Amino acid sequence: MRVTVNGEVREIVSESVDALLDELDYEGSHFAIALNYDVLPKSKWAETPLQAGDEIEIITPRQGG
Amino acid sequence: MLNFYGKTFTSRLLIGSALYPSPSIMQGAIRASGAGIVTVSLRREAAGGKTGDAFWSLIRELDVTVLPNTAGCRSVREAVTTAKLARELFGTSWIKLEVIADNDTLQPDVVGLVEAAGILIKDGFEVFPYCTEDLSVAMRLVDAGCKVVMPWAAPIGSAKGIINRDALKLLRDRLPDITLVVDAGLGAPSHAAQALELGYDAVLLNTAIAKAADPVAMANAFRLGVEAGRTAYEAGLMEARDFASPSTPVVGTPFWHAVS
Repeated sequence: MRVTVNGEVREIVSESVDALLDELDYEGSHFAIALNYDVLPKSKWAETPLQAGDEIEIITPRQGG
Repeated sequence: MLNFYGKTFTSRLLIGSALYPSPSIMQGAIRASGAGIVTVSLRREAAGGKTGDAFWSLIRELDVTVLPNTAGCRSVREAVTTAKLARELFGTSWIKLEVIADNDTLQPDVVGLVEAAGILIKDGFEVFPYCTEDLSVAMRLVDAGCKVVMPWAAPIGSAKGIINRDALKLLRDRLPDITLVVDAGLGAPSHAAQALELGYDAVLLNTAIAKAADPVAMANAFRLGVEAGRTAYEAGLMEARDFASPSTPVVGTPFWHAVS
């Protein structure tokens, strides 16, 4: 199905955020996820189903002032 | 001691983690600054990327308190969601709240800022709002529940120092119980000293240290500037006056005689 990940439209097969991170080769451990502008807590990554048209932001710590 | 939402710190310098020439210079500068609080941000991670993990381990080695920001957010919605992501990612309810109105000046959108602060405080956040030096805005932020207010000295990264001293002084006089931090626009340790001399509780800066020829040495210079300014404030500065007043005693001056 077609979703938007970090602003880019992608065709994915994963049905959960957990699976999506694997599918897209994310290897790090320190992420936060927003699903359609709402924070999706880590405890819900496995159980929350993804749907076509979802907007997913995959966020990590970065330098800041 | 400096108090942010019940947490105390000895250093009155808050430092940013961006723009350093290398990760090791960043760590060296943060250590040399003596800062106990370091600002960080949140950004998208590219697929397969580990940039976030690498940066986060550098920060963790420093044993500092992190203050995540909402830098780059241009709407209340973006800022609120970013703050919630920060809480999830860093495990802190602290947020340096930035809602930006203008690309050239990075001027805070003070209307959006007050609205976002209210939403976040109701949700349990402890908000450090980046604002202008306008008293009415600061009062609205305090009304919304902010215990900390962070007016700019000048536009972010401009190094101009305190442009509107009278307005900053007015904020200090009118908000005696609020922790006030000068955030953004400082260029030299003397600027930081001026902020502390005005009675500001702390300063937050990044570019002036990170973009110095020697960031580690400059971090140390800012540490000293902040200490000098705070010590001067506690010592009680004399008032400025318009005319000279001799410091050497007049009585007993050789060849002196009273003139009528």
